[in-house]
Formats: sequence, structure tokens, C-alpha cells
Amino acid sequence: MSVLVDIGHRLGDFAIDIRFESAGRLTALFGPSGSGKTTLINMIAGLIRPDKGRIAVDGRVLVDADAGIFVPKHRRRIGMVFQDARLFPHMSVASNLRYGRWFTPAAERYADMDAVVDLLGIAPLLDRRPAKLSGGERQRVAIGRALLASPRLLLMDEPLASLDDARKAEILPYIERLRDETKIPIVYVSHSVAEVARLASDVVMLAQGKVVASGSIEAVMQRLDLLPAEERGEGGAVLDTKVLRHDEAFGMTVLGSAAGEIRVPRLAVAAGAPVRIRIRARDVMIATEEPTGLSALNILPGTIVAIRPGGGPTVELGIDCNGATVLARITEQSRQALKLRLGGKVFAVVKTVSFDRANTGAGLPLEVDG
Amino acid sequence: MNWLLDLTPDEWNAVRLSIKVATVAMLFSLPPGILIALLLARAKFWGKTLLNGLVHLPLILPPVVTGYLLLLSFGKRGPAGVFLAEHFGIVFSFRWTGAALACGVMGFPLMVRAIRLSIEAVDRKIEAAAGTLGANPLWVFSTITLPLILPGLIAGAILSFAKAMGEFGATITFVSNIPNETQTLPSAIYTFTQVPGGDEGALRLTLISIVISMAALVASEVLARRVGRRMDIE
Repeated sequence: MSVLVDIGHRLGDFAIDIRFESAGRLTALFGPSGSGKTTLINMIAGLIRPDKGRIAVDGRVLVDADAGIFVPKHRRRIGMVFQDARLFPHMSVASNLRYGRWFTPAAERYADMDAVVDLLGIAPLLDRRPAKLSGGERQRVAIGRALLASPRLLLMDEPLASLDDARKAEILPYIERLRDETKIPIVYVSHSVAEVARLASDVVMLAQGKVVASGSIEAVMQRLDLLPAEERGEGGAVLDTKVLRHDEAFGMTVLGSAAGEIRVPRLAVAAGAPVRIRIRARDVMIATEEPTGLSALNILPGTIVAIRPGGGPTVELGIDCNGATVLARITEQSRQALKLRLGGKVFAVVKTVSFDRANTGAGLPLEVDG
Repeated sequence: MNWLLDLTPDEWNAVRLSIKVATVAMLFSLPPGILIALLLARAKFWGKTLLNGLVHLPLILPPVVTGYLLLLSFGKRGPAGVFLAEHFGIVFSFRWTGAALACGVMGFPLMVRAIRLSIEAVDRKIEAAAGTLGANPLWVFSTITLPLILPGLIAGAILSFAKAMGEFGATITFVSNIPNETQTLPSAIYTFTQVPGGDEGALRLTLISIVISMAALVASEVLARRVGRRMDIE
């Protein structure tokens, strides 16, 4: 399953020129507002016709301006979840969910009503009208409605952007289940590092209508310098880990990663479960020798493999910890005082309490914040 | 109360005819009304202002002028009248069908206006969402747009019906005032006022016409409210 986009488009003074190809489970289109990501996803859905170029999903050409091909939106079989849910106000939740089913050829209907309702936890809502739902419930129904049309690709246009933090936390686990338990590839538009780091397998980073970086989440997240200024503080290394054990006495979970054991506040997942964590660069301290008499529990030995200016008085270090790269943001003054240079052996120090709900992705909701 | 319902056969005929004419005028106006409202609300084309002006013409012109124009075009010797009579056997002149045509034309601008406003109020993003779920434009219109504009449709239909119940000038000019054929309630009332001793009949028919109009208004309110409650638009 792959998505191929190679398009050029003009909107007044704004020019979009985007080329990427992704075969990921969940590809995030990431960038600040005004970078063209919503325009791009609308083109994939068939809501906007690009001036030139091609769009193909799984080898099926949807748009080819040169050949005059433009498959209308109702024949693309691409599900779309909008930021503003867009449920049909004159239908019950159940009718909203069943809507797309009518239009799907019987042979291609793979989505099962009961399974989707169960996956999204919307069984108690079926008889209600959209006006009687909360924002989070509405968004879950919108996801279900798109899924039940048995799409070949699911597009999500900032589905969490209009929700408060509590509602976001309510929906994120469902999107993770969607990514892990269904076979539908997802293209997900977001401007939030936290969301992208938690959900994406692949990232296409956009700025001013152009692709500035694309690739796996681990690789793209190394480039803190490409993050929008207001999100830069949220940037950091993304590591895929496994739950080794729970430390019930202290209310912690021990995760195993290539870089070594990492202790985080207790997660509500079983031992052996995969957990993705984001270690924000600003949360990482650097020591040149193994620290003692220090409260921080996570001390990861490694080698400096990158030094980049971090904006203002800071520099960003990439530290290779046994194959996993951890990022650290420190001041230039500290770098000079510690005489840090490429190839130097250091210890990356991370406090357990710096892992909170926003940067510990797990298959299920977490118990409490760190 | 008895004297109110103690109508002569001619008066009963006028009541029945009026309801028939108004109902037919309303029903036949609906499809073109929806179509033109859609065009005016959504389409971009050359001559849109002209079409809008044409639709509103009966509202601005004196009814007698509209009636006379209908007579010229749909009368026995009018080009449209000759064409329809020859090819479809539809005759308007001095028939109740002509009264229905006149009433339909006079009520048309009111109907189009109400429907157009409700179409313009529909969130097109919701229609786009239906499209991404696989519905082609025709399905989107019938399953999303039409139900969402239902209150506007009802309002437009009732306005057209009420206008038809009261239409006088264009009808009498186009199809005259023939008892049992083209004599609707207003024409009958007018006839009563022209003869000595007709006051009682005029008053009876006036009260009946008030009752019918009020009933139509109440019915539309009830319908619109029921539809509104069912939809619960945020």
C-alpha cells in the first residue's frame, strides 16, 4: 500500500509544489498552519483539483493532470475525517455510520459495523443525534463513519485540533488502535509534534507549500531545526521501546530500548507491550562522566554524533546511544565548558518525571500523568 | 354557525375550486421552484441576474399585467397556448387549469425566495463529506441537501398556496370569472360585492377564506417545528 503525490498548484500568491511517496501505516503531513497540508489532503480526497501533477493510491491513478484524469471524490473510496466532524445533523449516529455503506460495492465491504462500533466505543451513542454529542464523541463517530465506507485509504485532517486536552487524550488511543489493528493506511494532518511523535510511522514535513523533510518518524524527528518555531520546544527523539516490567513499589514502568533501560511513570499496559516514547531535547542533560549523587534515574551512555545550532543561545546535540539517537538541547556556554565535540563520550540524563501523558504513547489510556 | 356553513352550490364550488387550484399551483411550482432556487443559489452562469429578475417579475408587475401577458402567450392564440394544446392537449384559456397557472406564476417568486434562502443556509462542507463517503451528486442532493432544506420547502409551498388562495387580478384577467370553472374564492367574493344583497354571501366566503389561510399557516408551523425538532441543527 502506497501513496504517491507529485503535484503543483497555485492559490493566489501561494504556490504548492509537493512530491512524496509513502508506504507507512500512518503517514503524518506535518507543518505549521499555512504550509499547505490541508490543501494537499483535500487534493488526495478529491475536494480540490490540482493544477498539475499526479496522485496515485496503491498504484491506482486518481489524478493525472497531463492525461486529463480526475477521479471524482465519490469514486475514490478514500475516507476522510474532518477537523469539524461534519456529521449529518438530520440523521441519528447509527444512520450517519451506515451512510457510506450504501455506496460501497458489496464485494468491497470489509468494514463490520459491530467491530467498528466496538473499536471506537460508540455503542451507547447509536440512537443519539449529532447535536447531542460532545466534541470528542462527534469525532469518534466521524472516524467510524469514514471507516464503515470500507475505504482504501483514510485521511484525517487535524481531527484533534478543535478539541481540548482531555478530549484529545480520549481519542488518541482510538487512533492508535486504528493504526495497529486495522489494515487501512492513514494519512494524518497535524501541526502538533506531540501528536505526530505519538502516532506516525512516517512523516512528510511541509513548510510554505514545499516538502522540507520526509522519511521515518525516527529520522525526521532528529531534525529539530526544521520544526516550526512555536513547536520547537516539543521536539525530541522518538524511541520505540518495550515494557520490561512494572515497579509497583515506586509506581514506575521500566522500558527496554536500544539505548538501555528507561524508567517512566507507571503505564497501564502489560509487560511486553510496545510503547513509543518521545524524549524532548530540552529535558535531556549532558554529563561527561557517569554522574553519582543525582536524582535523575535514566542515565544513558553514548557518543556525540551531531552538533547543530539550536536557535538563540542553544545548541542541539545528537547522541548515539547504542544505535538509538537521543537529542539534547543545551546552551553553547555549557558545550564550551564541557568541551563537547563530535565523537566525545557522554552520558544523557533524563528525569523520569519528564515523561508525561503527552510524550508516552501506549496502546491504552495512561493511568495518571507523571 | 349554521349560516356560515349553509352555502349555496355555487359557493361550495368556489371553495372547492379555490383549494384545487391552489393545491395544483403549489405542487406544479415545486419542481421548477427547487430547480431555479438551486440555480440562483449555487450556479454561476451568464444571465443569472436576468433569470432572477424574470422570476421576481410577477411580484413587481401589476397582477393585471401578468394576467394579460399570460393571455397573450398561453391564450387560445398565444404561441405557448397553441403549442401545448396541439402537442399535449393542455388547454389553459378559460379553464381551471389556467387559473392554476396564473396562481402558480404569481406565487412563484415567493416560493423560489424561501427555497433559495434555505439552500444558501446549507453547509456545503457537509455535502462534501457525503461525497467522500461515496455518494454521487444526485444522492448527495436527495439524502443530504433535500432533507436539510425541508423547512424552507414547506415555507415556500405554504407561501405559494396562500398566495394562490388570494390571487385575483391575474386570474380574472387570464381566465375570467366563470362559475364552476374559473371562479375562485376572491372572484366569487368580488361577484357578490357587485350585486345588491350580496353582502351576506361575501362575508361568508370571506370568513371561509380566512379559516383556510389560517389553517394552512398553522399546518406549516406545525410541520416546520416537527422537522426542526427532528433535525436539531446545532
